[in-house]
Amino acid sequence: MYSETVMNHFKHPRNVGVIKDADGVGEVGNPLCGDMMTVYINVADERIDDIKFQTFGCGAAIAVSSILTEMAKGKSLDEAKQISNKDVAEALEGLPKNKLHCSNLGADALHMAIKNYEERRDGKLKAEPKRKEKHEHTHGEKCYCPYCDAEVPEGESFCTACRTDLEAVA
Amino acid sequence: MERIINLDHMSANQLLPQVQEAMVEVIRDNYGNPSSQHKLGDRAAAALQNARESVARLIHASEPKEVVFTSSGTESVNHAIKGVALANARKGNHIVTSNIEHNAVLRSLRRLKMMDYKVTSVPVDVYGLVDPGRVADAIGEETLLVSIMHSNNEIGTIQPIQDIAQIAREKKVLFHTDAVDSVGVVPIDVQELGVDLLSFASNPFYGPAGVGGLYVRSGTKIWPLLDGGVQENNKRAGTENLAGIVGMGVAAATAIGNMETRMDQARRLREKLIDELPNYIDEYHINGHPTKCLPHLVSVSVKYIEGESIVLMLDEENIEVSTRSACAAGSLQASHVLLSIGREFADAQGTLVITFGVENTEEDVMRFLEVLKEAVNTLRNMSPLYTRRAAQA
Repeated sequence: MYSETVMNHFKHPRNVGVIKDADGVGEVGNPLCGDMMTVYINVADERIDDIKFQTFGCGAAIAVSSILTEMAKGKSLDEAKQISNKDVAEALEGLPKNKLHCSNLGADALHMAIKNYEERRDGKLKAEPKRKEKHEHTHGEKCYCPYCDAEVPEGESFCTACRTDLEAVA
Repeated sequence: MERIINLDHMSANQLLPQVQEAMVEVIRDNYGNPSSQHKLGDRAAAALQNARESVARLIHASEPKEVVFTSSGTESVNHAIKGVALANARKGNHIVTSNIEHNAVLRSLRRLKMMDYKVTSVPVDVYGLVDPGRVADAIGEETLLVSIMHSNNEIGTIQPIQDIAQIAREKKVLFHTDAVDSVGVVPIDVQELGVDLLSFASNPFYGPAGVGGLYVRSGTKIWPLLDGGVQENNKRAGTENLAGIVGMGVAAATAIGNMETRMDQARRLREKLIDELPNYIDEYHINGHPTKCLPHLVSVSVKYIEGESIVLMLDEENIEVSTRSACAAGSLQASHVLLSIGREFADAQGTLVITFGVENTEEDVMRFLEVLKEAVNTLRNMSPLYTRRAAQA
């Protein structure tokens, strides 16, 4: 089901852990799938000097987190901001369609950590960042019907391609 | 090849040697069409009848012709629900079911809802048990069918089918039970249960996948799903999958003889696993009813981690289990069964389903526990939920 690269990162995840008193923290969670990811960064000379992650989620979510930290490490903040969810999925040699939403977590969490660092640096934020419980589907990535793989518009609960009600029968 | 410890017998069983041999014999020598009017046909028809008698004995049907062979448990369920709904449309348009049915039932009903049938789904308690009183309350003038599963495939809970079927009978409503995970695993007697229809499959009792059965009590009004020839007592058209059906027959005959031994062995492993589990991991829930349950199934929700990750890590060590996490399901939705018994979404995510089979040993259980412990530690150390909980503790 998964590519070799995904399995490699799942089995040997890079940069797992917590950075105590990190310069920036980003956390995203996806209530739809139950995935959750936290990214910690330390910044030196406006570069990502150190990065660590923690993830609650499936094999894809863990692999996404792991490869993302490798991609971001050593990059300037501006470069790191350019890392897209698509880049992450491509670096993993692709993900099954139904797992693409997991890759959406990765870049979102990184961008949030950078934003958190910048706000603290600029004195805009004094307290801990507000925890973002809901993973908003505002990332512009596409969603797919789990039954027929057709594209489903964001927030839609009915797949018009296979006429499937995506909400469980209650 | 390295030995694989299969603790996922609900997904797949190795065919018994005698089942394999019987099937090969059909494919090689007995390739006739049971409907033909010549020797090849007669030989095939005899093998078909022999299998039907064995399967009828397994479920204690009063007549072999009450057994309809199908392509799967899923087809049987679809046939029972849609066939009864269509054939009895003049009687009404209402069906009663439970919140924890298999998707074969749920999606058959969802399809019928598109055709203006109405469905009432009764809730279950924390063990996943249906209250027969709730079923009685849900039955109305328009009700034509009650469909409640015999055992649940995710948590193993066995329902009080006899009581529910009696209520349906008193109210003159047909009763179907999805017994796919029960038949051949625990004793099933359709007459004692008092059901009109009962769906089952061959693979849970070491027969081939791709063969199922539907018990239809004589006189029950039902339409075929597949129209065509007169096979299966006019209930299911299409030339029979004779090799598969013969395999199912041999598996059924074996299950009748071995059921007590198999159940005892499975129960021992189940108890061993449940007794030893706290010595290996903490913070988990065992799902389902402790005694009214399948003997070979353990459902455990491990907190703070996600099931697919655990499955992949166990697989690395050649141990196969199943998960009910949304991520693995492909539907990206938490298990409706686990949510119905009150599991939190996050806890449902970490749910493993372990199903034992005839070749499993206590050593398999101990090996599973050792590897599980490692996997849980690794994944919890990676989990922001676990870190947060540790910080709060």
